[in-house]
Amino acid sequence: MNEPIRIKSAIESPLGLLAELTHVCPLGCPYCSNPLELDARASELDTAAWLRIFSQAAELGVLQVHLSGGEPAARRDLTEIVAHCARLSLYTNLITSGIGLSEAGVARLSEARLDHVQLSIQDCEEESADRIAGYKGAFAKKLQVARWVVATGIPLTINAVIHRANVQRATGMVQMAIELGARRVEIAHTQYYGWGLKNRAQLMPSREEADAAWSEVEALRAKVEGKIVVDHVAPDYHARTPKPCMGGWGRRTLNISPTGKALPCHAAESVPGLEFWNAREHSLAEIWEKSPAFNAFRGTEWMREPCRSCEWREVDFGGCRCQALALLGDARATDPACHLSPRHAMMADIARRDSAPLGAAAYAYRRMEKMR
Amino acid sequence: MSAGEEISGEARPRLPRGVRLKFDEARGGTVLLAPERVVRADAVAVAILERCDGTRTLNKLVEELCEVYKGDAKRIEADVRALLADLAAKRMLDL
Repeated sequence: MNEPIRIKSAIESPLGLLAELTHVCPLGCPYCSNPLELDARASELDTAAWLRIFSQAAELGVLQVHLSGGEPAARRDLTEIVAHCARLSLYTNLITSGIGLSEAGVARLSEARLDHVQLSIQDCEEESADRIAGYKGAFAKKLQVARWVVATGIPLTINAVIHRANVQRATGMVQMAIELGARRVEIAHTQYYGWGLKNRAQLMPSREEADAAWSEVEALRAKVEGKIVVDHVAPDYHARTPKPCMGGWGRRTLNISPTGKALPCHAAESVPGLEFWNAREHSLAEIWEKSPAFNAFRGTEWMREPCRSCEWREVDFGGCRCQALALLGDARATDPACHLSPRHAMMADIARRDSAPLGAAAYAYRRMEKMR
Repeated sequence: MSAGEEISGEARPRLPRGVRLKFDEARGGTVLLAPERVVRADAVAVAILERCDGTRTLNKLVEELCEVYKGDAKRIEADVRALLADLAAKRMLDL
């Protein structure tokens, strides 16, 4: 068959956009993916700016938008944003703590044609869950929100982050998700960036605990097929191969921060020397193709050995740049989670040290600095 | 037993809320969008999934496809059952 040759743009369009609508959140989870320096409410983009960004995203080829935070329900324009995305035929995914959502609010989001809700839970035991969230009553509220969501017919995903306080109940959280009527559950071992890195010694489970949780969830996954989809995120510090962070830098997704800064990933601001462009000043297409931050680690050209000649270089893209920076002080190095990294042994050493029994220390909860 | 053989011919397959087909203008072709998933759908998959609206039975769906594609009915039915079983296991289709 003679098909005409299509000239493709050198850079493929992103599939997803993560919109951090706000950094405001009532919870204080010690592994929060937001940066340590949180954006104040007064500096956030206004409604018109967000609507423009979503229109540009649809035009650029984005298919799914993830409305996140902070707590996105803290934005009064959340329903308006969802309705706008639905008109653009963008697939909308609300990533929420549940706190701040009312039954009527969920109904309005459903009418606005919200496609999917991802609700976080901290544990399947109430007291522990509320302690991890740093918020009394969070657990009970979340159960209520899950029921409201399921009642509207919007598909529900339960997201649980695993660490030493709940690692023994990883399968319990899958069971809880099934009982709540979720169609999908994410069991994600903690990623240590930003707040998670700050709290690493409080959060790190032992190798034995992490391994046991992993195999128990894998065994359960097979049994519950057809009932719930289990997405499992491996514990990095106990891994042999790195995760393909963001599916490759500047390859599939982009993040917009509450103030409009365009980031290749959550933690990208931790990498020194990167120049980020702001969606207030540049179009998304311009940012995606030309901004220095997105081009810094795109493709494989930036790599050094052992990544440069590795047969996996286009599978895992050298792992996570932010982790290489955080642990080795060098964002161009191979992610030490990879067994081919000359520094791989440090991961197990840190995990062993940080998973030692805890003394009196407590979480550094994620909180906003009070305005002075 | 091949995939999907256990599905009843009287089942009325339906794409649930939060799972939908979309034409992908930027890259060309059709995709199936679902929670945290984007799956490319070829022409045959699109023809099947467009008919998964909860009104047709599996038997009726196969009959319609046989008329459109004029192929071997057994083969078409096996393809349909395999696709539906796969998507149902991923909770992207209700039976």
